Amino acid sequence: MRAVTWQGRHKVQVDNVPDPEIVNPRDAIIRVTSTAICGSDLHLYDGYIPTMRAGDILGHEFMGEVVETGSQSTLQKGQRVVVPFTVSCGNCFFCGKEQYSACDNANPATTSDMSETLYGYPMGGAFGYAHLTGGYAGGQAEYVRVPYSDVGPIVIPDGLEDDKVLFLSDILPTGWMAAENAGIEEGDTVAVWGCGPVGLFAVQSALLQGAHRVIAIDHYPGRLALARQLGAEVLNYSDTDIREALFEMTGGIGPDACIDCVGMETHGLGIDNIIDTVKAHTFLGTDRPAALRQAILACRKGGRVSIPGVYGGMADKFPIGALMEKGLTVKSGQTHVQKYSQMLLDLIAEDKVDTTFMISHRGSLEDGPALYKHWHDDQDEYTKIVLKPGMEASHERA
Amino acid sequence: MADTHLQDDAPAVAARGGNAHSDRDEQAFVGRSVTINRPRQDIYDFWRDFSNLVPIMENIERIDRIDHQRSHWVVKAPAGNSVEWDSLVTAEEPGRRIAWQSVEGADIKSSGEVEFLDAAPGRGTIVRATIAYDPPGGVIAQWIAKLLQREPNVQMRRDLRRLKQFLETGEVTSSASPSGRESESPTEQAL
Repeated sequence: MRAVTWQGRHKVQVDNVPDPEIVNPRDAIIRVTSTAICGSDLHLYDGYIPTMRAGDILGHEFMGEVVETGSQSTLQKGQRVVVPFTVSCGNCFFCGKEQYSACDNANPATTSDMSETLYGYPMGGAFGYAHLTGGYAGGQAEYVRVPYSDVGPIVIPDGLEDDKVLFLSDILPTGWMAAENAGIEEGDTVAVWGCGPVGLFAVQSALLQGAHRVIAIDHYPGRLALARQLGAEVLNYSDTDIREALFEMTGGIGPDACIDCVGMETHGLGIDNIIDTVKAHTFLGTDRPAALRQAILACRKGGRVSIPGVYGGMADKFPIGALMEKGLTVKSGQTHVQKYSQMLLDLIAEDKVDTTFMISHRGSLEDGPALYKHWHDDQDEYTKIVLKPGMEASHERA
Repeated sequence: MADTHLQDDAPAVAARGGNAHSDRDEQAFVGRSVTINRPRQDIYDFWRDFSNLVPIMENIERIDRIDHQRSHWVVKAPAGNSVEWDSLVTAEEPGRRIAWQSVEGADIKSSGEVEFLDAAPGRGTIVRATIAYDPPGGVIAQWIAKLLQREPNVQMRRDLRRLKQFLETGEVTSSASPSGRESESPTEQAL
């Protein structure tokens, strides 16, 4: 089959690779009909995530048709399914608490050592995202082996096209959980850093969860326009002092909840961020948390900080004083996708959540390498890219 | 006045410099706990039939039952060799504890013990395994590592993870899948 593979920093190509096969009884094989490139794939593209190996198949947002099932899979051939990016067993203590991304069994025994060393305990599994999370082949391919297929994939009813439901795989539940982690109460003002796909879904989710106002922060005009279209007030940090603006807009109280949808590769020209960038490039540190620092400083006393943005290692100059003195609550984590699948599918089917506005470009698998480059270089024009295996090459604007 | 030295409540393997190092008697000593979401007796029964451990433990070729107390273990070693020994169960408390040791003349002299403890209500069982390797001395850890193709403590934690996976999910988790690396098979765990 054809598959998009990672070869090194800023080097992605389409290769002929063997087809996947059933390995365990609970497996299924999916023929991919749609697969997206995620913002967190850019962290891989930029070489920030350790334990990638040349030849790894990328992609953790995908859906398709069930073409083969193991003896214990509950799926049936021909069903259309969206596959969560998190691999979860459904049987362990964590899955029992619906903390699916913390699954204790989904990371193979031999690939669990590194995260146990880094984080104290081994992390769960994920598709197409380095060997730290198991080394599972990703979905930017014609076919994918899906382990524990009786727990993850959600069956899509006929009549809901791929573009409406594809983002159930990651960014839609991630935006939803980000808002849920912000503990939104009546009358709340919620500030969202980053208007990429997760940030935009966090804006939409915060409003659906009852926020009085949402203020979205970015520096790409195109992305800010999308946030405004969803109902947010917007701030461009290239033109505006964000802390000052938030202070004034909230009458000196500050946002009740702040959501960092940026993560480890913050843009911006603050001196702290410039120092962090130099450190990251010289391997003296990995994470550049400028947005998170700003969120913690801007948050009101007793407020809540939600961190869906991806971090991997250590951070310097973390404002622990502001966090403690103001009595902030912080919630974070990789998304427990399976917990939200059915509820969000229902909202989509009832037309209460729209996801298609996000897609800016579509292409074939063969367009993958060019689209990675375009997305990396032009994040204003390229907000979300969907690859359709089988589609004719030469990508188009949505 | 408190004692000048208070003996804390930590398991022996948590002693500083303890795991996979030589203890006072100069044995190489490894230990590890894992919580498994199954009743004590189930896990005890699974473990007590040693042949069940073949798909769980890396590099095990086979485990033959000789009689109720004795079993014969064959382990793959580097360069197509194998290492074999007989093991004797020295203590068994159903649902609670199994202890064993290698019999005279074994290639690897070792003794081990696994305990099954109730976790908090509704949270399954804490399985705590310890293995001591003999003969003594600093070379032993390296010698065992060479034989098992990895350090004994790494081997043990991976074996216990596979035990948990199998008993909780019904399968040993595998990420075997295709890649652009021609040397690897899509049906075998690569790392």
